Amino acid sequence: MLPITERVLAPGVVLRAVQTKKFKTSMLGVTFLEPLREETASLNALLPKVLRRGTQAHPDMESLSAALDDLYGGGIEPIIRKKGEVQCVGFWGSFLDDAFVPEGSRILESAAGLFGEIILRPAGDGKSFVPAYVESEKANLIDKIRSEINDKLQYSLARLRRLMCQGEAYGIDKLGSEAQAQAITGEALYARYREMLETAPIYLYYCGSADIDRVEAAFRKAFADLPQTQRQPVPETISVAEPKGEVRRFADSMDVTQGKLTMGFRVGGGFRDMETVARFFLLNAIYGGSTNSKLFLNVREKLSLCYFASSSLAMNKGVMLVYSGVEFANFQKAENEILAQLEACQKGEITPEELESARRSVVGSLRSSLDAQGRLEEYWLNRFVTGTSYTPEELAAEIEKVTLAELVEAARKIRLDSVYTLRGKEG
Amino acid sequence: MIKHTYERIGETLWEETLENGLRVYVFPKPDFGKCYAFFATRYGGMDTRFQLNGQWLDTPMGIAHYLEHKMFDTPDGGNALQKLSATGASPNAFTSSAITGYHFECTDLFWENLRTLLEFVSVPYFTEESVQKEQGIIGQEIRMMEDNPNRQSYRLLLEALYQHHPIRNSVAGSVESIAQITADTLYHCHEAFYTPSNMVLCVAGNVDPERVCAMAREILPKEAKSAIPRDHGADEPREVFQQESSKVMAVAAPLFQVGIKIQPAEDGASQFCQKLLGDLVCEALMGSSSPLYSRLYTQGVINGSFYCCYMEYPGCAFLVAGGESKSPETVRDAILEEAARVVREGLDDGLFTRLKKAAYGSFVRSLNSFENLCVEQAQGYFDGQDPWTFPKVYDSITREDAEAFVRTWFRPEQTTLVVIRPEEEAQ
Repeated sequence: MLPITERVLAPGVVLRAVQTKKFKTSMLGVTFLEPLREETASLNALLPKVLRRGTQAHPDMESLSAALDDLYGGGIEPIIRKKGEVQCVGFWGSFLDDAFVPEGSRILESAAGLFGEIILRPAGDGKSFVPAYVESEKANLIDKIRSEINDKLQYSLARLRRLMCQGEAYGIDKLGSEAQAQAITGEALYARYREMLETAPIYLYYCGSADIDRVEAAFRKAFADLPQTQRQPVPETISVAEPKGEVRRFADSMDVTQGKLTMGFRVGGGFRDMETVARFFLLNAIYGGSTNSKLFLNVREKLSLCYFASSSLAMNKGVMLVYSGVEFANFQKAENEILAQLEACQKGEITPEELESARRSVVGSLRSSLDAQGRLEEYWLNRFVTGTSYTPEELAAEIEKVTLAELVEAARKIRLDSVYTLRGKEG
Repeated sequence: MIKHTYERIGETLWEETLENGLRVYVFPKPDFGKCYAFFATRYGGMDTRFQLNGQWLDTPMGIAHYLEHKMFDTPDGGNALQKLSATGASPNAFTSSAITGYHFECTDLFWENLRTLLEFVSVPYFTEESVQKEQGIIGQEIRMMEDNPNRQSYRLLLEALYQHHPIRNSVAGSVESIAQITADTLYHCHEAFYTPSNMVLCVAGNVDPERVCAMAREILPKEAKSAIPRDHGADEPREVFQQESSKVMAVAAPLFQVGIKIQPAEDGASQFCQKLLGDLVCEALMGSSSPLYSRLYTQGVINGSFYCCYMEYPGCAFLVAGGESKSPETVRDAILEEAARVVREGLDDGLFTRLKKAAYGSFVRSLNSFENLCVEQAQGYFDGQDPWTFPKVYDSITREDAEAFVRTWFRPEQTTLVVIRPEEEAQ
């Protein structure tokens, strides 16, 4: 059991810390929670990239890198995540834990100090960013959005989300769009920066050997200059319970040798309470979230149609996505089998072996997340965004209790909304 | 068993060689709930020609990987992947150019899972029908890789760097080569390479090391066989085979890799030293703290996707730098010019000291992962290297060593540039 402690440093500024001596690293995170919006998504995505270019004390990449190298190659990296319709904007850092520093020096305070410096004291005249940094990071952001096409599966999933959820914030990409990125000016970015600093709720995270008092003191000192303002609550995610009409179909063609079949489902609305999360977690493992899942065993192993066929769930949005890489000629065959396997779940055709194997896999994965710093951080961010605080062990215990009848009830809420395929140029 | 204690990095390691030649390593991890086991054979994509029972055999490209897939079938008609998953373990396997590894992570029923792992990897069971059926799945895995520009770039790089060395082989093979694979060939390959004296077992977790050995003794074959002769092709020239290579794919902007071909040092210990030195040279010349990186990034020639590292396989070693760039030729030329400057003026002393510190920190941080620990240990054993000597090796590496490395290898005749170009640009 790894206890997590919470401290509220100021209204809307929350620190959650896991104290443990078992890792060789300590992990720090600072995240601003913004509603995902067309007008701000690209600005928000660009911000940490520009901030990471330089501070008043370390005005360029070389001097900032040197400061990190001095902390035994610690890293502070911009990170943009999408959790439902919340855009999580900030920095993530991993440092050698004090126990493994040769001279016995203390890294936590210096590391937190660098976070504060990067976020609060950017290079520039105090009224704007360095124009060259804005221009170069803007160009990089545009490149990054364009290069989404390089990974055909991720590209297909992004296209499906965009097309299926047109008009919903969930359809917006975590980096925004190329057009929005193009339109960014230095003034607009700086204004967005000040607004985010003053209004967004802030989530601070630590996992390592230091006790909470020391962590709190380090963050308090590093963020002493943070504006003392009234902050927004954590943004809400609006879900859609059911598809609006007939199944919608979308397709693109490209110079590829393998097709991608992606399918989007609505699961009866978003949810965050532990009981419903436990049911869908388990249902997803049975259906397409594990190597013993119906999709893996039937679409891959029985029919040899693909190398992978999987499902994943955005719980607070209430959307499930299924994806596979198949020959163009086999699209229909694969789609039929994917739907047939869902129908089997809805009819309660889940064997006791399937149920237990999925239960063991989900429980095992939750337990082992306690032993992996990155996964633990992700778990607690999900809890913070959804305003919940149950531990991985509590969720595992809840999963032990889920019955077949409850799974069938959950499965019956799932409806196909949209299908997106990526095809080759001929045929 | 022999106990090794590595105080500077806080690791203890138990080692034993069984009567059948199997090497066993155990990292005790009393604070952790999860366990990880890695069972590997020194057999990969490059080992297609070998001598079995006095006869030279030529096997199809991709056979080691195909064998990995088929090993999961068990004589009772079951599948080991499903059996392991059913206990909640996360099993998987991979094949590289030099090794094939089978592994699982679990929080429960470790001994039952270890038994399954040792049994399924040591007992081959193939039928013509099951071998045939796998062609659909692996065929789709190959297609998926054919559409992955980074994979394709790496493949082109190896084919351009090397003229004879079988590192040129695609690990998964081609749809045509795998069509020639039969149950008989798979049995031959298993007999040749899945013998305990050609294998290693590494475990990390809160387990009794003696019990790991006892289980391996009980399940695996008793006989110690001698090593199988392999043919890795004619002697490889010192220089690269082709200095440039390119391909058109559906990508947003050109993706490139610059390769620098290096002659591997004679023995394991010097190879390990060469590897750490090679990585340090990468960082010093073009890593994110270097003047060159800063300049190219500021000019917009490279972006955040840029990376560089040292790679080694039996009989070959190379540096690779890659990423996205609108002008890959400029990047290659700039690397060679920077190398020439370093040869003339020497490396910055402060930078080099900081980078050594950072490299040490990164190495320690990577040990958080049980998978890294076990895979590093297995690779090290196969290559005759002791990875945990790294703190001492870093202490011994000097700036002059790095400068000599640059002088010896950063030459046009050692350099290859590979580019994946977008369709529009090529037209």
